[in-house]
Amino acid sequence: MNAPEKLPHVTNHGLLRFLTCGSVDDGKSTLIGRLLYDTKAILVDTLSAIERTSKKRGMDAIDLSLLTDGLQAEREQGITIDVAYRYFTTGTRKYIIADAPGHEQYTRNMVTAASTADLAVILIDARKGVLTQTRRHSYLAHLVGIPHLVVAINKMDLVDYAQEVFDRIMTDYLDFAAKLGIEDVHFIPMSALNGDMVVERGDRLDWYTGPTLLDLLETASAAHVNHEENFRFPVQYVCRPQDSANPELHDYRGFMGRVESGSIAIGDAVTVLPSGRESRIKDIRVLDDSLPRAIAEQSITILLEDEIDISRGDMIVKTGEQPNVTKQFDAMLCWLSETPLDPRRKYLIRHTTRDSKAILAGIEYRTDVNTMEQQPADRLNMNDIARVSFKLAQPIFPDAYATNRETGAFIVIDESSNNTVGAGMIL
Amino acid sequence: MTTLTKQTLTHLDWLESEAIHIMREVAGQCANPVLLFSGGKDSICMLRIAEKAFRPGRFPFPLMHIDTGHNYREVTDYRDKRATELGERLIVRSVEDSMKRGTVVLKSPDESRNKHQSVTLLEAIEEFGFDACIGGARRDEEKARAKERIFSFRDEFGQWDPKNQRPELWDLYNARSFKGENIRVFPISNWTEFDVWQYIERENLELPSIYYAHTRPVVRKAGGLLPVTDITPAKPEDKIEYLKVRFRTVGDITCTAPVESDADTVAKIIAETAETTITERGATRLDDQTSEASMEQRKKEGYF
Repeated sequence: MNAPEKLPHVTNHGLLRFLTCGSVDDGKSTLIGRLLYDTKAILVDTLSAIERTSKKRGMDAIDLSLLTDGLQAEREQGITIDVAYRYFTTGTRKYIIADAPGHEQYTRNMVTAASTADLAVILIDARKGVLTQTRRHSYLAHLVGIPHLVVAINKMDLVDYAQEVFDRIMTDYLDFAAKLGIEDVHFIPMSALNGDMVVERGDRLDWYTGPTLLDLLETASAAHVNHEENFRFPVQYVCRPQDSANPELHDYRGFMGRVESGSIAIGDAVTVLPSGRESRIKDIRVLDDSLPRAIAEQSITILLEDEIDISRGDMIVKTGEQPNVTKQFDAMLCWLSETPLDPRRKYLIRHTTRDSKAILAGIEYRTDVNTMEQQPADRLNMNDIARVSFKLAQPIFPDAYATNRETGAFIVIDESSNNTVGAGMIL
Repeated sequence: MTTLTKQTLTHLDWLESEAIHIMREVAGQCANPVLLFSGGKDSICMLRIAEKAFRPGRFPFPLMHIDTGHNYREVTDYRDKRATELGERLIVRSVEDSMKRGTVVLKSPDESRNKHQSVTLLEAIEEFGFDACIGGARRDEEKARAKERIFSFRDEFGQWDPKNQRPELWDLYNARSFKGENIRVFPISNWTEFDVWQYIERENLELPSIYYAHTRPVVRKAGGLLPVTDITPAKPEDKIEYLKVRFRTVGDITCTAPVESDADTVAKIIAETAETTITERGATRLDDQTSEASMEQRKKEGYF
């Protein structure tokens, strides 16, 4: 194999996280294998291992789908258990693929994978067109707020690369996407098996003049770049060194956390929640550096002008941009546990760095992810998605998930098992 | 699709920031965590991240190394020096002590002690009552790792159950555990070997000398190079060669092999890594080649 043709240094496009959805039959594993292979992310020993396996299974060419072959426990049972994460870089950008399995516990895995994705690639088999599962994938991707959807109409080689097939599926898809309110969607005809329109264009789809999948990935905007956001800084940890040898540190109080959204600069007026106390940013520090300004996704330490009592779970926001302080909220909830949601029990809700006891105030409806129909429900089973309301013992400071994924999301923890049993998006 | 207009973080800044966030979550959620520090390149990056996460305060956890007794001197010397420079507490627990106690029994005297680290690690977790162990494992290393959570729950026996992992959504990590259980935390899960080298270069981090090209007696065997040391002496029939080599990973001497290389600076290593054709573990970890599932198996038994 050749060395990468481009310079190894990743330059300025940062990092993009995306999700691939589709079942094994749609060629998802082949697509991922093709992306890794054509971007030269696969090294010789891995390749020779799958070459041996391909031969053992009686295949002429290397089966790229074997690259995503998983755990022993999975091979034994012939199923995929869990989300796998894979990595490649093009020289301009680093990519993290969340590869969600197609069958078992699908909703749970897809919601997990989607929660950190900026883009979803939804695979459709060109021979089969838009199926129930296509609608389910699209609904979940939309529910979890993935900003960009790419519909890859795969296996074009099996329909003679016919444009009519592509056009018909695109029309079908747009029809139901409009009903869901999906706006940013791109369609690509593709043969992952032959590598057409994945990284290379190939020469069999000349009628298609749009971008390849990799072209789209290279130019898609990552989180936080599309719109102005309010500054949100949940405090993770408070640094009080009280180093007796260094008098400068006697009064040091550093509020440590990550900017979840928006930006902040030295001198900005801020309000601390829940106390409502106000101050100004005195310094923004990372180790020995003082930063004039910090942006979303940066982990920093904030020093304030005034001495205010702040602890983990509090939130620093810009004055005038306060979120609601509330002990009750409505949300879309995805139930993740084999133990059903019990409306009589207390759960723990974790929102940003804050925990609160919670009880269910009501289930408005459950959504059937196959038909999008809303049905009444009095309990929730694993993989159910429902509109619910919660009451909390302690206030939280949420934004609507639709405007801020980081401060609109929460998880539900069952204190009797310590397990994460639910994932929610605040309305 | 919209093109990039607003300022974003570079991939290294993003990865670093994520790792800092993860370490601070451990500090915020766990009562008695520990950071596993071997003196290897991944754990060296972790110490840098811990500095950025917690300075000017002290680390909210001690450092700990599980020493097989078969480590390169250059690495254990570096380990001790680095802990002293940082002024942080270093705990060393040794597989040899577990052997003396009888909790580790080797099949033969020359069996690799690497997988037996799990026993000593679990004993140390119990001795100190640690509820979280922060480790430098990466998902790109191995396919069992590719499916592991960043906060990975282990039961009373230290076992990982791949079929029953806690869902992990957004950046809302769940580090809760009952007494006796613990959480393994991997802040650099999303880093690749290449990212690690770029970070070492950017942060100008010092490494043990054996990461750089040096001349060393080796024997060519099974497509790789076996270092000739007191612990791994050459057999009479072996042909000893003095080659310029470097280590891509550093661990137990009996299962870590060097690669031929002239790269004696980080920049040269990065250039080599960009052009390399063999995975890190494929080239250098003799223990992973025995079985397709060996990492998965070890992890189920408590390995980090």
